Formats: sequence, C-alpha cells, structure tokens
Amino acid sequence: MRLISQIGEWFDRRLQLAAPIREVAEHPVPRNTASWWYIFGSGALTVFALQIVTGILLAMIYVPSGGEAWSSLQSLNHDVTLGWFVRALHGWGSNFMVAIVLIHMVQVFLFGAYKFPRELTWIIGVFLLLMTLGMAFSGQVLRFDQDAYWGLGIGASIASRVPIIGPAAVKLMLGGPIIAGATLSRFFALHVFVIPGLLIGFVCLHLLMVLKLGINEWPMPGRLVKKTTYETEYHELTKKDGAPFVPYAVWKDMFFAAFILLAVAACAVYFGPFGPTGRPDPTIIQTSPKPDYFFLWLYALLSLLPPSMETPALLIGPVVAIMVLVLLPFLSGEGEKSWRRRPIAVLTILLLAISLGTLTHLSGYTPWSPHMNAWSGDPVPGRFIRGTTALQRRGALVFQGKQCRNCHSLGEAGGQRGPALDSVATRLTQDQLIRQVIQGGGNMPAYAKNLSPAETTALVAFLETLHPRSQAPARDASRDAAIAETPETRGPAQP
Amino acid sequence: MSNDPTLSRRGLLMKLGILFNGIVATAIAVPIVRFLFSSITRGRANSYLAWVPVGSVSKFPEGETRLATFRNPNVMPTDGKTVDTACWVRRVAGDQFQVFAVNCAHLGCPVRWFPQSGLFMCPCHGGAYYRDGSRASGPPERGLFEYPNKVQNGLVTIQAGELPTPGAPSAVLLGKKPPCA
Repeated sequence: MRLISQIGEWFDRRLQLAAPIREVAEHPVPRNTASWWYIFGSGALTVFALQIVTGILLAMIYVPSGGEAWSSLQSLNHDVTLGWFVRALHGWGSNFMVAIVLIHMVQVFLFGAYKFPRELTWIIGVFLLLMTLGMAFSGQVLRFDQDAYWGLGIGASIASRVPIIGPAAVKLMLGGPIIAGATLSRFFALHVFVIPGLLIGFVCLHLLMVLKLGINEWPMPGRLVKKTTYETEYHELTKKDGAPFVPYAVWKDMFFAAFILLAVAACAVYFGPFGPTGRPDPTIIQTSPKPDYFFLWLYALLSLLPPSMETPALLIGPVVAIMVLVLLPFLSGEGEKSWRRRPIAVLTILLLAISLGTLTHLSGYTPWSPHMNAWSGDPVPGRFIRGTTALQRRGALVFQGKQCRNCHSLGEAGGQRGPALDSVATRLTQDQLIRQVIQGGGNMPAYAKNLSPAETTALVAFLETLHPRSQAPARDASRDAAIAETPETRGPAQP
Repeated sequence: MSNDPTLSRRGLLMKLGILFNGIVATAIAVPIVRFLFSSITRGRANSYLAWVPVGSVSKFPEGETRLATFRNPNVMPTDGKTVDTACWVRRVAGDQFQVFAVNCAHLGCPVRWFPQSGLFMCPCHGGAYYRDGSRASGPPERGLFEYPNKVQNGLVTIQAGELPTPGAPSAVLLGKKPPCA
C-alpha cells in the first residue's frame, strides 16, 4: 500500500492533478439536484464513450472503400469473432445516444436550465445535438448498403435545392459527379475524424460550464431568475443546502450509466447488428430505401407535404428550428423556471413529441407508397365478384391488370396511396367514375391513354358494384330526369 | 501603432512573427482549399460527360420501355459497383429514344416501370410518371430526368455521367458545364 501511495505522490508532484480533480469531485451541488431527473447528461456521455471505443474497434476491420466496405461489414458480421456484437453495440449505441440526448434536452428545457447564466451551455448543447444527428446520418452512410446509397441520393436531392450553390454543394458532398467511392471516403473522414473531434471539444466545453456555473437548481414555482441576483442566490443555496457531488449525487449517475450500457448490450445481443442490407449496386432498383429510425419522421414528412411547400420547408425549416433553439435563452433568459408555471413550454414539448411520434408511426407502414406487388399479389376478394355480370368481371380484371390495386385497397388489401374502393360507388356516380379514371385528378394519374374505351366501360361497370348491400350507389338525379324526358336516348341500365 | 513611442523591440518582433505566420498560413491554405473544393472545380475536362452506350438499338423493341445499365465514364479505383448505373430506355419509334434516369425527380429513389398501367412508380414517397416521363402524380414537381441520347453505329448512347438532382437536372442536358464551376 505504501508503495502505491508513493508512486501516486511521485506522479502528482509532476502532474499536480489531484487537487483540481478533488475539487471537481467535491464541489457542492444543491441537495435536490441529486435526482433521477439529472442523470441524462452523464448517460449521454457514457454512451458517447461506448461509441468511441466500439468505433475504434470497428475501424480495425472496416474498409472505407466503395468496392470493399460492404464485404468488410459482411466479414465483421460473419467471420470476425464477435464482430457482429461490436457492430450491434455501435449501432444500438447510436440509437440510444440520440434518444438520451433528446431526453436530456427536454429535461433541461422543462427545468428552465437554459436561462441565465447558462445560455451558452444550452447553445453548445444545441450544437452537440446537431453533431449527434450528423454522426447518426454519416454512420448510416458508412454502412455502405442499398439504404446508404439511396439515402445519399436523397441527401443530394435535398442539398441540390439550395438556391445558387445547390449543385456545387452536391458535388462537394459526393466528392464527384455521382455517388461513388469518393463519397464514402469523405463520409468516413466526417464520421471518424471531423465530427467526433468537434464533439469531444464541445462536450469538454459543455462540462466545463456545468462545473463553473454549477448544476441547475431544482426549479421552484415562483422562484424567478433575475440577472442581478441569481448568482448570489445560487451561491447561498449551495452553501446552505449543498452537498458534495461525490458521493452525494454521483451514485445515481453511476447506476444509470451501468443500466444504459446494459440496455445497449442487451439490445445488441437480442436484436443483433443493423444490416447491411443489399449491396450498394445502383443497377439493382428493386429496393425501397428507408432511413434509420431517427430520420423516419423526416421521411414521412417529405411524403406528406404538398409539393409546392416542400423545398421551402426543407431549406427554411431547419434554419428556423436551429435559430429558435439558439435564440431561446435570449428570448426567455429570465423569469420562471418551473415547468408547472410554463404551460406553453409543456405544450410545445407535447406537440413536438406527438408530431414526431405520429410521423414515425406512419413511416412504419408508409400509406403514401404504392404497394408495388399488390396487382399481382393481392387478388380481388371473391365476395366482390360474386353475382356479377361478365362485363363487371372483365372490369375486375382490368382493375387488377392495370395495377389500380397498387394504390387502392379492396377488402383491406392493396396500396393506401389512394382511397380504399370498397364502397366507391356510394361516393361517385357513373359519370364521375368515368371522369376520374380518364382524367385522373387529386393525386391520381390520368388513365385515358392506357385504357381502351371498352376497358374503361368494363372497369367503371365493376367499380359501380362496389357498395355495401344496404347502401344504394350514388346516382345523378338530373341525369335520370334527362333520360326520362327523352325516351329515345336510352342510357345504360342502372343496376 | 507605428507612431507609438512605446513600441518595444520584442513587441515589433512578435508582430512580425504574426505577420510571417499569416503569410505562410495563406500560402498553405490556398492549395488546401483548392484540394477541398476540387470535386466542384475539378478539371477532369468533364470526362464524365462522354457518351456511353446502353445497348444496341435492336435490344429495345419499338414502343416499349426497358431497363438498361451503363458504366459511368469517370471511374476511380475504389468505386466498386457504384459506377454501374441503371436507366429506363424507351424506344418511341425508329431511332427516336427517350432515356430516363432511374432517380425519381422528388428525392432520387429508383423508380420502377409498369408496362401494364404505363406508369413509372416510386417506392419511397409515391411519385408517379407517365410513359413519356412527364409527372403523373405525387410529390415530384417535375417529370423524370432525361439523359441526352443519340444512336451511333447501331448503339444507343447517352450522356449521363452526373447524378441528376432537382437542383441540377439540366447541367448535362444542355451540354454545359455545371453553373457553379
């Protein structure tokens, strides 16, 4: 034991780090901040450390080359001992990191921690969030598979819409005129050197400020932040009701860190690594690329926005969002901290959470995408054919053969891009059906050039049978009257 | 500052040191910045705008649309399979062709051709196009990107070295350098 302490003293005489470390460890924190609500920052740091370690391990095998990246991932998955586990840890670590960073941010927002004097801590936190998302996206690119390839195409399409510099930005992003080896190499540089370097630097600043300015005290309703008095009040609070960070508060952080690592490892073991999906071969077009979990909401949003709003939303939306986040501490740097007295703040979080949750949920079954195989895979259910005439059956064939099913469902099967047609006859009259088929409209292509008059007649005859037994099909009353007045022009018989 | 009577020898040397470093930094920064932006300005003499074959004319029946592949004229050793690209070739009649990029004009996903309904459909966000490439429905704001094509020695050739994007659909089409070079 004496030898160990002698070695320790020898080092400390030269490094002189023991005193500052002790000071950091024992700095007083307000007692009520030793709470389970205050563990997410250290949780994010823990997962970040895991990402660095697993990232370095993966880099020992991974080859950042357009020709070999995919096969090096395959050998990580199948040949290298426990390569699959390290990949899975890194992949799940990434998901956990984004999630914990977001939870941390919500907690800090609801507890008013961004207010004076911690404005800069918040702003750097916003940058840390952006970098975390940047890591998530560039990491998906390094998993150089079909999703990565087409995901890059989506990124390029978005970047190209920036006025004036768009096309140049695309070439800068891709490292050339197309998505190729150079693209992967530069995303490797971003993911492995540039963004992690920045992250480490900004995390250090972020932590330094937490230490210098003190952890945000537990917000009490009615205790308002004033720039003139806040710092004195905070010092009094830590003096009167403070406790040393170690061990008073740190044990909760340690428990959570261990729990989070265990959770990541459990997911890694149970679910395994992410992909890679198919080879990044652009000649294989039978693919439905999807982004990783944390960008699914964006995928959904891009399908649902009206076309005319899309480019402005894509280009202005992120700028506005980042501006709002950065300006937040300047717009409300003083006043009430407690979420109990900040209904707008709580509603904003709820609104965002519900919107993002809904969009993510929608992207799980993509109602906006045609079902490419519905026309050949989902036959018209028998009950829609029973008791129909030859013409109507011919129409059902046209309906199937012309791929109407890819966008329209019948009996719960088929695409959801367009409305379900189980009871279309109650909504549209014969004339309206013909017009809709021939001219399209709404979000439907016009089929005039793809259907012969006979096919249209048959198709509409079939569509007119699609109504519940208890409900009559829609009829144009004026047409009935017109037909009644001129008996010599007989219209087609109404069923 | 030069009139400051208190300017010491050390102070002057330090300022000269800063100046010297500034000059050296600038001199080194110029080639570094040029390297960094070389993918935009690269003087590859637009090698990727060369005409590349997608198949012989006889491979494409008149009035039909077929998938074809071509190799990008601009290949780097680490590119792997990514330089092989697909495109949709429509033989309108005789030597008259339309060659469409597979990339949807919305966000670049690969569109698929359905001859039965005469539509191109995109699996990502549901964009649809007619057989002549014009927009039918969905989020795209325009029709499919079309590569310039010509028939040479019985081969259909296209100019297609660049990824078409909504912001730069016509850099190749007009045979011009990208607007920002």
